Amino acid sequence: MDELLINEAVTNAHVSGNTAWMLASTALVLFMTPGLAFFYGGMVRAKHVLGMLMQNFFCMGMASLVWALVGYSIAFGPSTSGFWGGFGFAALQDIGDPFVVPYTAEGGLTPTVVFIAFQMMFAIITPALITGAVADRFKFWAFAIFVTLWLLFVYAPIAHWVWDTDGWLYRRGALDFAGGTVVHANAGIAGVVLAYVLGRRRGWPGADFRPHNVPFVLLGASVLWFGWFGFNAGSALGSGTLAGWAFLNTQLATAAALLGWIGAEWVRDGKPTTLGAASGAVAGLVAITPACGFVSAMGAMAIGALAGVLCALATAIKGKVGIDDALDVGAVHLVGGVLGALLVGFFATTDTGGTTLDGVFYGGSGQLLLDQLVAVAATIGYSAVCTAILGLIVVRVLNGRISARDEEVGLDESQHGESSYRFHFAGGTGSVFAASRVKGTREAQA
Amino acid sequence: MTKLVTAVIKPFKVDDVKAALEASGVHGLTISEVQGYGRQKGHTEVYRGAEYKVDFVPKIKVEVLVDDEAVDGIVEAITTAAQTGKIGDGKVWVVPVETVVRVRTGERGSDAL
Repeated sequence: MDELLINEAVTNAHVSGNTAWMLASTALVLFMTPGLAFFYGGMVRAKHVLGMLMQNFFCMGMASLVWALVGYSIAFGPSTSGFWGGFGFAALQDIGDPFVVPYTAEGGLTPTVVFIAFQMMFAIITPALITGAVADRFKFWAFAIFVTLWLLFVYAPIAHWVWDTDGWLYRRGALDFAGGTVVHANAGIAGVVLAYVLGRRRGWPGADFRPHNVPFVLLGASVLWFGWFGFNAGSALGSGTLAGWAFLNTQLATAAALLGWIGAEWVRDGKPTTLGAASGAVAGLVAITPACGFVSAMGAMAIGALAGVLCALATAIKGKVGIDDALDVGAVHLVGGVLGALLVGFFATTDTGGTTLDGVFYGGSGQLLLDQLVAVAATIGYSAVCTAILGLIVVRVLNGRISARDEEVGLDESQHGESSYRFHFAGGTGSVFAASRVKGTREAQA
Repeated sequence: MTKLVTAVIKPFKVDDVKAALEASGVHGLTISEVQGYGRQKGHTEVYRGAEYKVDFVPKIKVEVLVDDEAVDGIVEAITTAAQTGKIGDGKVWVVPVETVVRVRTGERGSDAL
């Protein structure tokens, strides 16, 4: 066997290994969005749960199509301006190079078509993250319009800046392994801004906004945790050692954050809560997202522990500033995402093979920290301004907030004409106030 | 004459009360899940640092129709069975009933019990 054939065989083995892991990761990331839906859905009141689940599930439909039609091209298209990818890959008629190069030197190549599908799942969950901040008060069609525009005008360009090799932040040297700025800081600030534009829920603060189903929250957090291995370890874009580091660091940071959050609660409130454990895990997942391929095991634990405690404390901010960020998207995703992105500037190490840059704690110059700061500021600034403009159009001009009556009735009935739970109050055999099926069309009923 | 005995008790005491009523010769009763508060007041719950005062505590309401002469024994049986001695044990009260009809047969008064 001559050397050329051997090299080709090795390359083929690398490509098929990478492809297998990336396809699995892609499915894992898709599964995060229904996980997020239940994480959020359990936290709202029972009359709004279908509205919350629908907003998230809707993203799985809308974002997939928009991504294929034009989103991918804006984010990863052939334009070299640094600010957006242009329309060269619109409708995926042309996808440029058939292979993308993973971060790892050892990892070889990964098919571009797999990368498109993988990134599609990120484009689904990022807008879906915003739903938690604006829970219980968006008309469904207004949400649908907002989130579609937001995907095109906010998410796709920022993904280009940070992840495309022509992006201006990528070229600067900013590091974001799996989306601390692009996904979490971005969606986090957007959620806070949109919650402000939409206005508070009726009765906030003061009325009874307790979660209606904490078991759903824990279930959703568990699905998120599981899916996040695809999100983070898949962002190695290959199946080598770097994916292994990202996987391991994801687990360690999440574990530390879970303990950090319930520890903070124990001290502050007297009891560790189930909701806090679920929230802490998610905060850890968020904070390690930008860092998971760039830090050591100890670095991951430190980032996780800090995120658990600081995000728990950050939930108090919304009450002080008077913005009804209903499910603490700001405290978890904005604070966690920014924290993780900045801590990369301290904890980054060349040991994992993910970067050639060292952070301040590993003898780095501080240039990386500065670049991280620039990436965070640019992401938050652009996202906040664009979200405010899109929000004002959808809410003020198109009257996108639900009426007081619809808010009292709940999203389930007012937006979807459904009800979520039909349990008899005391027994287990179904309601005695059962509905009778009305035959015929709507017109016939009238 | 017939009396309606109504008791609001702690949910975990419902089996004890049912057993005590059966031992006292009561053939049927109705329960419902209710919420309310007395001197016990509610409790507090904390979600992500936001503290909520929960005023209405879950209770079980037991309703039994009994003959006049059995009332004192039934009230005693419920009270004994539902008591823990701690605040929040509930209340029992008795009101007179004008008419009772057994739906199946049309019997009235004591025969309907």
